[in-house]
Amino acid sequence: MKPFKHANKSIELIDNFLNTIDRGAIIFKEGVKNYLYGNRENFVDNLKTLSALETDADIYRRKVENILYTQSLMPQLRGDIMRLLEELDNTIDLAKKNLFQFDVEVPKIPAELNQDFVKLSELSAAAIESVVPAARAYFRSPELVKEKIHRVYLYEKEADKLADSIKRRVFQELPIEKLSEKFHLRYFTLHIENLSDAAERVADVLSIMAIKRTT
Amino acid sequence: MLFLIFISSGLLLGWSLGSNDAANIFGTAVGSRMISFRRAAWIASIFVVLGAVFQGRGASETLTGLGEVDALGGAFTVALFAGFTVFLMTRARLPVSTSQAVVGAILGWTFFTGSDTDYSVLTKIVSTWVSGPVLGMIFAAILYILLRKTLRRTKIHVIKLDTYIRIALIMAGAFGAYSLGANNIANVMGVFVPSAPDILLNFGIFTLDGVQILFLLGGLAIAVGIFTYSERVMQTVGRGILALTPEAAFIVVLAQALVLFLFSSIRFSEMLMAIGLPPLPLVPVSSTQVVIGAVLGIGLVKGAREIKIKTLSGVALGWIITPITAGIFTFFALFFVQNVFGIAVTKQIPAEIIEMPAIESEPSMLADVAQQINMVLPGLLILSMAIIVLLVYLFFRLQKKRLKTENELLTHQNQYFNAQKALNDMEINAIQMENTMLSNQLEIKRQEYNNILLNISDQKKFLESVSEQISRLIGEKDLEKRDRELKALSARLKQRMSFAREIDDFYGKIEQTHRDFIVKLTERFPDLTEKEKRLAILLRLNLSSKEIATLMNISTKSAEIARYRLRKKIGLKERANVHEFLTNL
Repeated sequence: MKPFKHANKSIELIDNFLNTIDRGAIIFKEGVKNYLYGNRENFVDNLKTLSALETDADIYRRKVENILYTQSLMPQLRGDIMRLLEELDNTIDLAKKNLFQFDVEVPKIPAELNQDFVKLSELSAAAIESVVPAARAYFRSPELVKEKIHRVYLYEKEADKLADSIKRRVFQELPIEKLSEKFHLRYFTLHIENLSDAAERVADVLSIMAIKRTT
Repeated sequence: MLFLIFISSGLLLGWSLGSNDAANIFGTAVGSRMISFRRAAWIASIFVVLGAVFQGRGASETLTGLGEVDALGGAFTVALFAGFTVFLMTRARLPVSTSQAVVGAILGWTFFTGSDTDYSVLTKIVSTWVSGPVLGMIFAAILYILLRKTLRRTKIHVIKLDTYIRIALIMAGAFGAYSLGANNIANVMGVFVPSAPDILLNFGIFTLDGVQILFLLGGLAIAVGIFTYSERVMQTVGRGILALTPEAAFIVVLAQALVLFLFSSIRFSEMLMAIGLPPLPLVPVSSTQVVIGAVLGIGLVKGAREIKIKTLSGVALGWIITPITAGIFTFFALFFVQNVFGIAVTKQIPAEIIEMPAIESEPSMLADVAQQINMVLPGLLILSMAIIVLLVYLFFRLQKKRLKTENELLTHQNQYFNAQKALNDMEINAIQMENTMLSNQLEIKRQEYNNILLNISDQKKFLESVSEQISRLIGEKDLEKRDRELKALSARLKQRMSFAREIDDFYGKIEQTHRDFIVKLTERFPDLTEKEKRLAILLRLNLSSKEIATLMNISTKSAEIARYRLRKKIGLKERANVHEFLTNL
């Protein structure tokens, strides 16, 4: 039906966009794991996939923006929706940047920290993975958003705690001689931790948007 | 003609109603940018006219019952000052009720003429001022709750919902416009009904009596008002009273349309009576009041958090000020019209005569007494004219579009041609440049061959002269002379061995090819002498000390010393390779 042509197209694009973000989080997690355990080939593969996913996400976002504005769809909500998509896009951008930093800077991560780094990346990825269903819920049943985003806050908090513990171990417990290496590790901890912060920002935007739609 | 002049005030009132009340139907939709103003204006105009013509009679009779303005002069003044009041209120950006302005103006007329005011009708009308908004509130609240529940259950995607709401808004808007025309045409043309002409226009499919023609004119005036002035009011209503969501906007329009429809539908009243219920009074209801009621209803369901009390109180103030102002204006205006201009504002007909005939029988009665005009033929003519005009318009539009496309194509082709031409020019230039370069090279080669030729002949001459001299010396008896001449010959040969000209040629060519390098070298090391620069070039060519010595016409030792000095001068470290350094310069 013609009036629904653009609506259906933008719904499809948004769904694809959210799938891409979700996949991006999984690939990021895998990438970090492969780097830490020295699977160089797999890591490079992950890096390429994530890079492609990030490009796809950008394309979907721009297409949605184009349809919403050229077809004057949802004049009251489109600003909020575009902001939501931008914040979500930011998470996959950050994930890609992080993985690239691993590739370029090749940080020396002591084997004792491998487990912690894996867990940190898993927590950050879990925050993103939890925010995606919340974003999906906003479009169809905004009253469910609230019960979905509490997980994001939980994972973000856990990621923060773990990042603090890693930094403490790097500077106080582990026998790392060079200060530059300590700094390097601190930055990488921060980079991964930032991912969960980005997911938290999405959750904040979502909660306000859901309130706007439900009241 | 005089009749038309007198109803001009009614048309003005229609214009002001269109400019204000259309905002109640499409204001929220246009204000929230769900529908474009143009589309809203077209839908509203068409349906307002339809409602006015086909369902406008009921409410206008009640208004006539309040005070039958029996003279055209009086009707003119009443409508004019009701319209003037509405205009003033609009200028003050207050949502204004045309119904109240008209009621106030009619009361002003009854006070001035001393006619009896039918207080039962007045009570009926005033009661609708309360029941209208209350009904609007109830309808809106119920509909809003139902809509919310449905949306929650169906889980429609927000973007799809937007399209549904858009369609629903257009449909509800059309219904609202129809109801507005049906209910509020009484405000515009109600006072002129007693003066309506007794004619009946027969269009074949339907007939229009005098009152309906009057309503048609009023409807058109409302349409003009919608197109010319309602956009600003729509923006104010759409954004001012409540930050309405599209869903709420739909409910508001639907609730308002339902209320206006119920207060103007003769059939619904009959239905209520048929099932033994009291009928709803057919009264012109203020659409503004109903909208505010509906907005309040939604606000109450939402928890009354978003209602802007200040705007609401401003609206309420308008309700009180409007009828009073209209009444006072009309009262004094009638005084002037009657006493200064000498126009009769009343005929003072006894009350029992002005009682209106029954609604059902009216068209037939009118048909009996009115002058019948057959409009089938003129109607067909107008229709065919309209079709012809439309076809001509479409033809020209198509032609224009075609020309535009052709023009675009030509521009495109022109651009392509220009680009092609520029490309060709570039290619020609490149070929010309290449030709010049090749002819230069040819010239150089020719000169080289000339030089070689000259050189060969020069060498030949020299060797011939040496050979001659040696032959001469072989037979020379004077030993002293022979030694002297042999020494001279040896010196000549040594001098010849310096290859001065060839070396100069060589340097000339080499400097030509290494021009950039020499510029760079001079910029970085301005203290270098010409000889050192030549040495640098030779070193850059990776020549050995022996070769350099030959080319510079010095000994190998001197070449090595010169090389050492150059290294020191350009500040090269011990291990650094001078060739690499000069190559990377």
